[in-house]
Amino acid sequence: MNRIPIGIRLNLKFDMEFETVIGLEVHVHLKTKTKAFCGCSTEFGNEPNTQTCPVCLGLPGSLPVLNEKALEYAVKVALALDCSAQEFIKFDRKNYFYPDLPKNYQISQYDMPIGLNGFLEIDLDKERKKIRIKRVHLEEDAGKLIHKQDGAYSLVDYNRCGIALLEIVSEPNINSPQEAFEYLKNLKLIIQYLEVSDCDMEKGSLRCDANISLRPKGEKGLGVKTELKNMNSFKGVRLALEYEVKRQKDLLSNGKKIIQDTRLWDENKQLTFSMRTKEEAHDYRYFPDPDLAPFTLSKEFITRIKDDIPELPQQKIENYVKDGDLTRKEAGEIASDKNLSLIYEQCIDIYREPKKMYNWLTGPVLAYVNDRKKSIADLNLEPKELAKLIQYVSNGKLNNTAAKDALFSMLDEVKDIDTIIKEKGLTQVSNEGELEEFIERVLKENSQSVQDFLSGKENAIMFLVGQTMKLSKGKANPKKVKEIILRRLRDVS
Amino acid sequence: MLNTKTAHELLDLISSGEVSYEDVLVDVKSQIKKTESKIKAYAHPPNNVESVSQGSLLKGIPIAIKDNICTKEYLTTCSSHILEGFNPPYDATVIERLKEKGALIFGKTNMDEFAFGSSCETSFYGPSRNPWDLDRVPGGSSGGSAAAVASDEAIWALGSDTGGSIRQPASLCGVVGLKPTYGRVSRYGLIAFASSLDQIGPITKDVYDTALLLNIIAGHDNRDSTSINIETEDYLKCLEKDIKGLKIAIPKEYFIKGLDKEVGDSIRETRSTLEKLGASFKEVSLPHTKYAVAVYYILATAEASSNLARFDGVQYGFRERNIDKKETGPMISMYKQSRGKGFGLEAKRRIILGTYVLSSGYYDAYYLRALKVRTLIKKDFDEVFKEFDCIITPTSPTPAFKIGERLENPLSMYLSDIYTISANLSGIPAISIPCGFTKGRLPIGLQILSAPFKERDLLRTAYTFEQNTDWHKAKPKI
Repeated sequence: MNRIPIGIRLNLKFDMEFETVIGLEVHVHLKTKTKAFCGCSTEFGNEPNTQTCPVCLGLPGSLPVLNEKALEYAVKVALALDCSAQEFIKFDRKNYFYPDLPKNYQISQYDMPIGLNGFLEIDLDKERKKIRIKRVHLEEDAGKLIHKQDGAYSLVDYNRCGIALLEIVSEPNINSPQEAFEYLKNLKLIIQYLEVSDCDMEKGSLRCDANISLRPKGEKGLGVKTELKNMNSFKGVRLALEYEVKRQKDLLSNGKKIIQDTRLWDENKQLTFSMRTKEEAHDYRYFPDPDLAPFTLSKEFITRIKDDIPELPQQKIENYVKDGDLTRKEAGEIASDKNLSLIYEQCIDIYREPKKMYNWLTGPVLAYVNDRKKSIADLNLEPKELAKLIQYVSNGKLNNTAAKDALFSMLDEVKDIDTIIKEKGLTQVSNEGELEEFIERVLKENSQSVQDFLSGKENAIMFLVGQTMKLSKGKANPKKVKEIILRRLRDVS
Repeated sequence: MLNTKTAHELLDLISSGEVSYEDVLVDVKSQIKKTESKIKAYAHPPNNVESVSQGSLLKGIPIAIKDNICTKEYLTTCSSHILEGFNPPYDATVIERLKEKGALIFGKTNMDEFAFGSSCETSFYGPSRNPWDLDRVPGGSSGGSAAAVASDEAIWALGSDTGGSIRQPASLCGVVGLKPTYGRVSRYGLIAFASSLDQIGPITKDVYDTALLLNIIAGHDNRDSTSINIETEDYLKCLEKDIKGLKIAIPKEYFIKGLDKEVGDSIRETRSTLEKLGASFKEVSLPHTKYAVAVYYILATAEASSNLARFDGVQYGFRERNIDKKETGPMISMYKQSRGKGFGLEAKRRIILGTYVLSSGYYDAYYLRALKVRTLIKKDFDEVFKEFDCIITPTSPTPAFKIGERLENPLSMYLSDIYTISANLSGIPAISIPCGFTKGRLPIGLQILSAPFKERDLLRTAYTFEQNTDWHKAKPKI
């Protein structure tokens, strides 16, 4: 009698709040000179199949030999992500047939990955959050298939085949596309600090797949998930996830079911579409690779790598905030590039003005980088010269405009700041006698502005100062100029 | 008739200037011409030789190589259709080492397809035959190598041994065959059957030649992570020592039902010969022996199923050209139909078996359990070698069997290796040497095993026995 009609029951769902659950699988190419199990070059962008040998082609009889550098890099990342690094190293074979995989199995790590149970911190609006990392393991990359448009044949390029690949799998405790974005940003930053990968998504040296599901808020169990692929940038990951959140929410709110599938992100159309539905889980028949005898890492090896890990961005941010009265956001901007942070640290060691240093680095220095299309690593920036430059501004030797010019010239011409100032005659003119001359002329030539000022338009003074600056080619000390003009005009009135 | 000589005899003759390596080649070739049509020892017979870089040690003496060891000059096909036309762009490490020492790579010998078998009958090129009785098998899988050496179609040869594939054919053909300790010889360039069990080893006319060849091929190789970095020793020097005071164990589990009476008698005779030469004997137990065959066929097929996955028609070898794409689409059809036609029956049987034991839900019950039992088998040997220098057993429970006799019954074929498999599972070295004949004039082999990297003990035992017997000098009438 009192049954609620089915339509209304479904309608209840409209009000239901959902929690987003995301897990990310990130693949990173390690920046070793040679591949993971052979001596072939890992260089990007060369003619197809020019960087191959019997081992990475999987020719009969060839055997893999582990690249020690790849192992070192992998352990480094695991440790930097606070994983418990495993001392016992074992490789397994993941068996599946695909033409880009010449052995039809991939050398990977199954039950004993190099790193387990780590975490990574991200900054959210009001709080910081630990994203847990499930595992970090080392494996080899596959080749690249190039399909002929009409489907007549496919070609394989094995240059990429066998490159050391690090897979970093997060736990599903990422709860929004923005968190995913922050996670990726920080992960990339850490790996770049370690200098073990370029993390360049465009060149494929970082790839990211995402698993996403929704569940009613408060629920413990996981909903049906979809797997997203083919995102070409971090922004793309965020957009794809945002799209998917909406798509899943719409379906669930309308009482429909999510179908577990693998979906591709279409960047042009800004949507995900189903590539395949997961029929059954693949049986990869993992087993220990008998060609690679397991071994134990020595304590010394691990200690050596631990000692080799530089100060990481999160720690730097802490330090900058603590010692340099920067805000977390400002500290984050500096720490977002290892080289920038190094310049910053060296500069404030010489001239302890963190705020000024921050303003200069994120202002003129980055402006220069953008303007000249350079990277910070390529700058010929001597921290001691930059510190000196900023000091000159503080003590009035240079005005801001001249200082910016000097910075650009200094970086272009790779000379020290004093030489630049001398060559360009940039020293700020504070000498009243010299300034009087300029001002005299300006007042004479701009009588209208003088009138305006005298009749109460206070802003006119700035125009007059500007004209004086122009006349002095930027060398005049603007503070002084303003002082003198004011004095003179008061005398007049 | 230089082809009937051993390598060390020929080296003496060449060194003294009496003959040249070309004379040797002429005689080997003329023997091949005479008997190869009956024996079919070669998958890819010797090419014409244009020039030889005569390295100092081996002076151009030819050697026959099993068809699963990569050679630049010869096709390497594992006697399988699926590797049709495959010419490796590189030499296996053992081939490099042989060439450096002046050996001439001279033909590729027939084998069971991918070394799957104990009779040489599963070869795509058809069976090889036993020089002692052409109606019988030469054993396998290195049957071609053993038959070539026994018939003097080769001076000596390399084989590979995963579960007895050097020793059993050596035994059935009346020649010497050694499986070195796992990791003693580089596997780089050996087309893998079961990577954790495979070893390359010599097949020769006497023990001296085996030691000579082992000297060349043994040693660490940084291209093979499973090759072990332990100093090699001069194995020829090991032969100088006699066996007085040597302690030999005889495992009771090896003298049971299924052992041919004549073979058993022959081993007992061998024992008294060795006793006379100063060795002492005691019966011991290797309690896990009965599981060896089962463990082996789980582990070996599991590894094989993955090792053979690469033969898919994509890069090299046989690809079915008339693919019927209807059922599964072009890619899967190419795989299925190339592999379907490219592999023989026994290869398919083992791939399926290996795939099964690795499948989720079965892995623990089969693969993992077999790994554990493998450890127990190895422990059995460790225990014995705490007290003894060597173990002796028959190499094969029976002499050479008739062609076709066991082909239809895989299990009976698998039991041919019952005495040899344990050495592979435990990684220890083992040699088979001629120790007698049946009344029907079929060779009988003695297996001697020793602790890991103690090849010296089994070599000196084998050599001392050989010096005091004439079995190895007997030649078949073909």
